[in-house]
Amino acid sequence: MTELALAAFAAASDSHVVSRPRGGRFAHFAAAFDERRYLGELERRGIRFLARSDPAFPPLLAAIHDPPAGLFLRGAGGPALLAGPAVAIVGARACSAYGGGVARMLARELASAGLVVVSGLARGVDGEAHRGALEAGGSTVAVLGCGVDRDYPAAHARLAAEIAGKGLGLVVSEYAPGVAPAPWRFPARNRIVAGLAAVTVVVEAREGSGALITADFALEEGREVLAVPGEITSTLSAGSNGLLRLGATPLTRPEDVLELFGLEAARAEPVALGAAAQTVLERLQEEPRGADAIGRATGLDAGDVAAALAELELAGLVAEDAGVYRGVMPPD
Amino acid sequence: MLARAVTYALIGLEPRRVEVEAHLQLGVPSFAIVGLADRACQEAKERVRSGVASAELEWPRRRITVNLAPAELRKVGSGFDLPIALAILAASRQIPPERVFEHAAFGELALDGRVRPVGGVLAVAEGAYREGLGRLVCAAESMPEAELAPIEVVPVEHLAVAVAYFRGERDPPPYVSRNGLPPALPVPDLADVLGQQRARRALELAAVGGHNLLFAGPPGTGKTMLGRRLPGILPPLDREQAIEVTRIHSVAGVLHPERPLVAAPPFRAPHHSASVAAIVGGGPGPRPGEASLAHRGVLLLDELPEFQRSALEALRQPLEDGTISIARAGGRALFPARFQLVGTMNLCPCGGRGDPAAECSCSPQRLASFRDKLSRALVDRFDLVVTVPRPRAHELAAECGEPSAAVLPRVVAARERLAAGAPSRTGAADDLLARAVERMPLSARGRARVARVAATAAVLAQSERVEAEHVAEALAYRTPREMAA
Repeated sequence: MTELALAAFAAASDSHVVSRPRGGRFAHFAAAFDERRYLGELERRGIRFLARSDPAFPPLLAAIHDPPAGLFLRGAGGPALLAGPAVAIVGARACSAYGGGVARMLARELASAGLVVVSGLARGVDGEAHRGALEAGGSTVAVLGCGVDRDYPAAHARLAAEIAGKGLGLVVSEYAPGVAPAPWRFPARNRIVAGLAAVTVVVEAREGSGALITADFALEEGREVLAVPGEITSTLSAGSNGLLRLGATPLTRPEDVLELFGLEAARAEPVALGAAAQTVLERLQEEPRGADAIGRATGLDAGDVAAALAELELAGLVAEDAGVYRGVMPPD
Repeated sequence: MLARAVTYALIGLEPRRVEVEAHLQLGVPSFAIVGLADRACQEAKERVRSGVASAELEWPRRRITVNLAPAELRKVGSGFDLPIALAILAASRQIPPERVFEHAAFGELALDGRVRPVGGVLAVAEGAYREGLGRLVCAAESMPEAELAPIEVVPVEHLAVAVAYFRGERDPPPYVSRNGLPPALPVPDLADVLGQQRARRALELAAVGGHNLLFAGPPGTGKTMLGRRLPGILPPLDREQAIEVTRIHSVAGVLHPERPLVAAPPFRAPHHSASVAAIVGGGPGPRPGEASLAHRGVLLLDELPEFQRSALEALRQPLEDGTISIARAGGRALFPARFQLVGTMNLCPCGGRGDPAAECSCSPQRLASFRDKLSRALVDRFDLVVTVPRPRAHELAAECGEPSAAVLPRVVAARERLAAGAPSRTGAADDLLARAVERMPLSARGRARVARVAATAAVLAQSERVEAEHVAEALAYRTPREMAA
């Protein structure tokens, strides 16, 4: 199993290695490398290694131009998870409330229909995508640009633990445990995100952002790329709208993705909404509003508005950010 | 020759009997005060000597020793001036010693012999009453405050008046206020607030249920203005509570001399630069802090994340059990501090978040450290969290809201119903709460908070049971995930 030695060598030499390098340094390293001890140490820390040559290695990822030597896996999910039908949801770290809400809703809907949601555990869209999948009780895979034992970003340490702990998720990386995050590793990470998924969805991306790199990888490998239309006046959506101009499929409802997999939407029976909640939802489907503005638009008093909004939030139809409520489901 | 006067030292709010013994001996004239007296207390020597001279009394040409017993108790402040002067005058037989010993005395002397008021008179008067001393000699200006205790007060303007009283030459003149009663301070009214229906609703719920309330939002949305209007919709204190609050304010020396009884719920808004000691109390002879001064009232912490973390952490004890205990080598002082906490904060360090007119320029790191600064444990104590977005122009042109006078009766009535027993939840309400714990998700503490607020909403709606709609409303005021995590 020289792949493990390769991965350990990459970590030791702080470089990116996917195939056996020529030259004496690696030979020297491989000769001294004690694979049994290394595997024992991994096992003690609850981390598994899935080599490229392993039959369980995800075929989609193996098919890319430069597949990694192997993947380090942390979490209760099995390697079969990586081979299942997967969709990558990627986007801006500094996303808008709209982007965050859409990412979460999409992940929730797609995960509950049985797709594995792959993303990069970054702030913003990535994090919302993982959360949405967890919320639906679905599977999700977080691909890191550092060792799987490093919680990066630190703010998502709890999210990472949740993904690894719930039995339905995996935190994976081609980098050995202990490897620190570095800017040059993230584009390499993005190729794995795109490589694991048959379909990549870009929710919100600035011009030249990491999410577009992921989309480029996906296109190079001939995978399907969808983009969520954003406001044409917002720099946050310039990249994703640019993809649409280039011919990416616009995503306006979760079914757009499901149809590519030949799946049906796992529609739970529609939630019965109270009359007040229905009225409030209709107003919010027009535009995002604060609680007081909703009160004025509907004529409901503050207590009834609060109750209606909580009902809609619980039903997953509305999300709040900084006091502004917005609808998160595409209108029927 | 020996004589004694009685006074009280305050440990926190608790009066401890102190006997002031004056002993005159033959020898080189001198004057010493012993018995663990602090600086202000040692300086009593000069004030007492001048005061006695100014009252045209005789300063004994003896070796004078004054002992403040018990000697192990630390004596702080200037309230011992009057009893020291009386003890010396009694020891030199210028006034009858047995009469002096029947009175408690408390007050500071001016160099011209006038008696000045000192903070804490109410607690001293209560101490005297509890020990069966019938009369308290104190400054005339302290009379309205001392009279709140069931004790006979002898107000003296000047040391000479006290001497004349003890000699039985005349009764002290009745106390006449020179200033007249000042107008009551206006309490900010809710009528000044335009729109802000949700925040108003939250204030009303907070007033009924005594919930702690946090307003978050960009600068200039009226968070502080709203917070300042909570006391105006709280019912007045009953007599017992008023005395309790007055005692604290008296010890801190913040009472208005002409209007000593604090009948309205107090409102305190310390600046965010306040130290731990300023907030929870402290100092060598511990003095109450802002949290105790807000007892039975409202403590407003404006710009919550700007406060020292240690000061916020120190608030956890009073928020839990309503008291602050300050341990000192000399003993432990207990201050009541059952206040309602109102906090305000921006949503991010630059203040741009939540403001459509300004883009937030905070880096994620800066945002994270801003939220880290908020003590998780403290955020957990806010039952109601209301995000106040920036209102739009046409909202500001909206109707003026209900005045506080219209809200107050509803609050009073609902409080009475709540005091009679919190309503129980219906099955539907329980289901909704369980679903929220699963979906939102809510922590165990968060669930308890929502349940409390739901009960308040039900009581305010005059409902017999807590219905699902009340739970739903309470859920809307839960702590946002970004603040809780």
